[in-house]
Amino acid sequence: MSNDPPALPTDARGLALGDRGLYMLLLYGVSVGFALVISAGLVAVTGHAWGSVAGALADGAFLAPGRWGQTLAVATPILLVALGMVVGVRAGFFNIGQEGQLLMGALAMALMGTRLTGPGPFLLVGGLAAGAVAGGVYAGVAAVMRFRRGVPEVISTLLLVFVAFQIVGFAITTDWFLRDLDPNRPSQAVTSAALPGSVRLPVMTVWGNEVTIGFLLALLVAGLAAFVLARTVFGFKLRLLGSNPKVAQQAGVSFGRAGATALFISGAAAGLAGALMLAAGASSARLTAGFSNEIGWQGLLVALVARNRPLLCIPVAVLFAALRTGSGFLAATGVDRTVVDVVQALLVLALLVPPAVEFIRDRRRVSIAAQATEPA
Amino acid sequence: MSDVLGALGDVFTSPAMYGSAVRLGVFLAFAALGELVAEKAGTINISVEGSLLAGALGGTVAFDLSGSTVLGLAAGAVAGVSVAMLAANMSHRLTADQFVVGITVNVLVLGLAGFLDATVSPLGGRAGVVTVPFLSEIPVIGPALFSQTWPTYLLYGLVPLTWWILYRTRWGLEVRSAGENPQAADVSGVDVNRRRRQAIYYGGSLAGLGGAFLILGQVGSFDVGVVGGRGFIAIAAVYFGGWTLRGTLVGALLFGMADAFRLAVPVLGYQVNAQLLAALPYLLTLVVMYFITKRFVQPAALARPFVRGLR
Repeated sequence: MSNDPPALPTDARGLALGDRGLYMLLLYGVSVGFALVISAGLVAVTGHAWGSVAGALADGAFLAPGRWGQTLAVATPILLVALGMVVGVRAGFFNIGQEGQLLMGALAMALMGTRLTGPGPFLLVGGLAAGAVAGGVYAGVAAVMRFRRGVPEVISTLLLVFVAFQIVGFAITTDWFLRDLDPNRPSQAVTSAALPGSVRLPVMTVWGNEVTIGFLLALLVAGLAAFVLARTVFGFKLRLLGSNPKVAQQAGVSFGRAGATALFISGAAAGLAGALMLAAGASSARLTAGFSNEIGWQGLLVALVARNRPLLCIPVAVLFAALRTGSGFLAATGVDRTVVDVVQALLVLALLVPPAVEFIRDRRRVSIAAQATEPA
Repeated sequence: MSDVLGALGDVFTSPAMYGSAVRLGVFLAFAALGELVAEKAGTINISVEGSLLAGALGGTVAFDLSGSTVLGLAAGAVAGVSVAMLAANMSHRLTADQFVVGITVNVLVLGLAGFLDATVSPLGGRAGVVTVPFLSEIPVIGPALFSQTWPTYLLYGLVPLTWWILYRTRWGLEVRSAGENPQAADVSGVDVNRRRRQAIYYGGSLAGLGGAFLILGQVGSFDVGVVGGRGFIAIAAVYFGGWTLRGTLVGALLFGMADAFRLAVPVLGYQVNAQLLAALPYLLTLVVMYFITKRFVQPAALARPFVRGLR
């Protein structure tokens, strides 16, 4: 048995492209359709009309006044988290602790914004930077565990999420840390103090919708990520590491250094997302126990759906944000808003199927070709 | 310092602490035993978290409908194995990445559990406590091990069963070879991905049983956050045990003890920072993983997909 795997018949791939494109389109259509039918069935089984649910989702996401600005505001942190995930996965590392890294970023922003005094813009930019660093360092813990001790980052990053929740819980219940000590604070719930107005992101009003410049920043990061991954040596190193670690190491890419950088970047993106959320006024610009609100998970799913292409993350992030903001309008239909979580996960699962089927077809073609050329 | 030691002494000599350590450890052990089999076959089965949650919900719903703990546990196992089947077929028939599949399946189960819990709101309940005569009179560990709700004792049967399946049957040998050297196993006629799928099914059914046990043998009511990442702690227990059955059980018991410690400290009247206590099981798991992962040789093909002709 030779050591080299048989090469893929690339010319055959190119020739059959027309048929293949149609076939893949059909496969994607069937998969997504299947996911939607299951979702509709779930709504129907619990005794509701799926048509009115879809209508409520569309109203809540885009059609009702001021809602698409809201959708873009939710899409911003989701997109950032997804971009970080993309960088990590392209290099072959699964950071699934974005929820925690996002909290750390928001914590850093809250510290900068409420505990330091200085000119607003300075604190804002400093807070965003601190948020990114905090998220990156938090993911760095998992990187150290992975590259020094071989602990799989899939496990350590997730466990760190639960620790992050407790760190935030500690911060907002401790007087010297972040707890709001103002006796006139609005609610009895323990939170941090609100970010002062000068440290918030500027808001533009476009056609009656409030749009923060955070979304523009996220678009910029998406472009940057696409460029770095596709067009720079650093991006090439990461992709090489992700597609074949052995070859990458033989070509002089340091597994530990490049991998740790990838994990740091993925955490930093999540941290930046958290800091941006706070600066854009999420949960009244106060750090609360449930501040992350599953945005980290959403971003992770977006990256999976976008098949790790940074620019594709943009529409998918908006779609997922739309499902979330749309779910706010579901109360009128009597369907629990968590139905959206099911729809999202089913979509992700459905979109995993076509490429996998394609891979198997490719393999089968290769083995048939191999049998034809060298009969055993 | 002596205060701290005295407090620790109080906690570690309290029989209640050992009782709850065993309960939480048994819950983890169900999942960890199954995970061990899956990892022996070469898969880090992240979907164990989803199987636990599905088992917890399925068990609660079946118990609510039938009023029978036996049916509840059975439904839990079925729910757990359904999740495992979804994950296993996606990753070892369709060759999607096992981590991507695991994460997605977990999110799906979390979403479904949230939706169904809000829509159906099943009522849970707890199985009766059965005290084993004589054995339960052993000081300290006696009541902890032998005066528990009866589903606890299922584990005492599953441990030798799992050992026998894994180390004394042809199937077990093939499973282990699929995890150590899939190419060689394939050449000698073992359907590697089939064995891996079956190992994940076994893991999923045990995790589902564990999830149902968590509700019906211990907590008594369902909540979406009831599993709370414990599936990943079960995976850590397998690492802690160096992929041996004995070690995995010790790991599950150790992490169960950390959970019990967290619950016992406030009950005994000690003031310890609540957040630190809540983070303790996760922190301990992380620290233990840091020091222990490199100690043992993992199954050689762990987390490596097998596709014939590719390596």
